[in-house]
Amino acid sequence: MATMIQAIRMALHVGEERLGVTDIFGQDVGPPLGGIFTGTQGLKTAWNSPLDERGIVGMAIGLALAGQKPVAEIQFCDYAFNVIDLLKIAGNIHWASAGDWNVSLVMMTPVGAGIRGSIYHSHSFDAQATRIPGWKVVMPSNPRDAYGLMLSAIADPNPVMFLEPKALLRVKGQPGEQIPGEPSDDKALSKMIDAPLGDRSAWKPEWPKLGEFYVPIGKARIACSGNDVTVLTYGRNVPMCTLAANELAKEGIGAEVVDLRSLHPYDWAEIKQSVQKTHRVLCVNEDTEITNFGEHLIRRITEELFYELHAPPKLLAGAHVPGVGLADALERATVPQVSSIKAAIAMLARHEP
Amino acid sequence: MISSLASGGIGVPSTAAELKSSERNELVPDLARKVHELMLKARVLEERLIAMYKQGDGYFWIGGPGEEALNVPLGLLVNKGQGLDHDYLHLHYRSNATVLAMGADPVDWLRQMKSTATDPYSRGRNFAGHTTIRKWNVVPINSPIEVQFSVAIGTAEAQRKAKSKGITIVQGGDAGTAEGDFATCLVWSSRKGSELPLLIVVANNQYGISTPFEGQHGEAHIADRAKAFGIQTALVDGNDPEMCTAALTEAFHYVRTQRKPCLLEATVSRLYGHSSATGAKLVRSEVDCMDHFEQKLEERKILTRAQMNEMRARFTAELLEASLRVREEPPPLPHTIWDYVLADKNNVGNGKGDPWQP
Ligand SMILES: Cc1ncc(C[n+]2csc(CCOP(=O)(O)OP(=O)(O)O)c2C)c(N)n1
Repeated sequence: MATMIQAIRMALHVGEERLGVTDIFGQDVGPPLGGIFTGTQGLKTAWNSPLDERGIVGMAIGLALAGQKPVAEIQFCDYAFNVIDLLKIAGNIHWASAGDWNVSLVMMTPVGAGIRGSIYHSHSFDAQATRIPGWKVVMPSNPRDAYGLMLSAIADPNPVMFLEPKALLRVKGQPGEQIPGEPSDDKALSKMIDAPLGDRSAWKPEWPKLGEFYVPIGKARIACSGNDVTVLTYGRNVPMCTLAANELAKEGIGAEVVDLRSLHPYDWAEIKQSVQKTHRVLCVNEDTEITNFGEHLIRRITEELFYELHAPPKLLAGAHVPGVGLADALERATVPQVSSIKAAIAMLARHEP
Repeated sequence: MISSLASGGIGVPSTAAELKSSERNELVPDLARKVHELMLKARVLEERLIAMYKQGDGYFWIGGPGEEALNVPLGLLVNKGQGLDHDYLHLHYRSNATVLAMGADPVDWLRQMKSTATDPYSRGRNFAGHTTIRKWNVVPINSPIEVQFSVAIGTAEAQRKAKSKGITIVQGGDAGTAEGDFATCLVWSSRKGSELPLLIVVANNQYGISTPFEGQHGEAHIADRAKAFGIQTALVDGNDPEMCTAALTEAFHYVRTQRKPCLLEATVSRLYGHSSATGAKLVRSEVDCMDHFEQKLEERKILTRAQMNEMRARFTAELLEASLRVREEPPPLPHTIWDYVLADKNNVGNGKGDPWQP
């Protein structure tokens, strides 16, 4: 099974071969490196940009205005904070010009904690991203969804932010989550599409015959079903919540983990259905807890499904501190862990009105 | 003598000495009359917009009275059209004369000033002077200073790769060049082997909102900063439409043929202050490009004072009449805030509110 980063790379390859992608660019995105996480190795339209995030986003907007199909990378979302006004512009051009122009681009950026990245390689971006109208925002939790969401992002006529949970980039897909056309043997796939170490000047990837598989933007996925507590989450926290749910199942608690996949637009129909079944809600994400995307979900659930609720909805998110500290104990204390997720689900399940 | 603004159709001045000789840069009478007429129309338009603001027919005025001598020739030199083979324009909020010279209808500015539903540029969403015309590659003008310098590199890059005939033009003021976007533009447009067909125009009116040039800049000329990148530069008196025509013609020709960036810095006037926020009052101490040009045209017997006065009175009456008509045009309906949020869904509001409510 492919890893998430291999899945993204294969989707970008399909993008440039079949969906009109013209430019895949950013810092260290082109040869020889092909991305610091290897996401853009061997891609024919990949190129290295100057070390200038404003230039990267401005370039992407300009290319899109000129009818190109750019995929721009911000190396870490931690370095996207100086481009927020340009992201707002990408999001408002269609609206401000009353439909005269649209900006069809993809911005991809690794987000979140879990790799001991310290203060500047652990930021989350979901709260910021969902505050910029005019964008669609997606975050996969497994390789196949990463592939399908990337194809949908590329095909979309709007700016789409593709948030990559960096802790999951090297995680392989589960059985049954095959990408259409990927070789079943990991080693064979690696040999075909991973650049060799050392001199790569003569290397060329050998791409498998990949199928087109789209995960529609705006559709959630039930990662694990249950009747007692709805867990609304995305990205890195999906496998953590699933693990917590599996452990709790042994104690007789049924948690339903809803992997949102799209943060905007989000799948309200699926959320509503799950909450009407379980009557209890937990939101889990890593962004700092004040003005958090989970807060929005809780607000809407409280407003629209108040009389369905049997327990106060709960948010488990990153601590509102200036960064994620490097030491193991600090990182764990800052963002949700399987143990804290388990405890929160159990607490909600046992809550008596 | 400059006889035509058709691309490549004129003898382009090739030396600084030639550029400085105003005689050689004289426009032939027909062209002089055309440039004058457009400058006058643009000026009268600004005056009408200011009057509308002062009469309560608009919330805010910002525009380019004092930049007409630069902006009209700029608009006339554009290879107008849609797509890579035409020029892309990334303009600023003082560019009205450029877009007017390209052929836009002045009444549409009045509509944007009055925030009507008929405003074709933003349907009542944006300030006056924030034009966008996709069919002519005029990308939406934005309020944040200098961001167009980061975006312009993208259309220029697309043109570079396509080896198209079109070039990209980006324009802004002097104070804004302190923003990182200006450095972005210089760095990305001058990379060796990947130079961009980009004409950078800095309209230097010597002010931010209130902060004078001296307090903000150590460099003698903004254009000097481009030299470090090997970018061709030019300085021009932006109050002289003939000098501007010559310098812009040369700059356009260079970018079009060499497919490399060029920075042209023009000293211009700010005739009504920064915007309505600073009163929109006529500043008599500033040089007025109209006065100088009209004097020349009179001396050269291209137009008489009476003819020019008659034109001014006619344009003024026409725009006054148009502004009264625009007053009667409908305002946007509240639910239209939901229109055009995204390009695929909800293109036109259904009045039901949030498009994400299933
Ligand atoms: C990024 C940003 N900062 C501040 C402002 C507020 N502002 C509007 S115009 C202006 C001065 C711009 O001066 P300059 O670049 O010289 O252009 P000019 O208006 O003189 O033509 C300022 C500070 C803004 N619009 N955008």
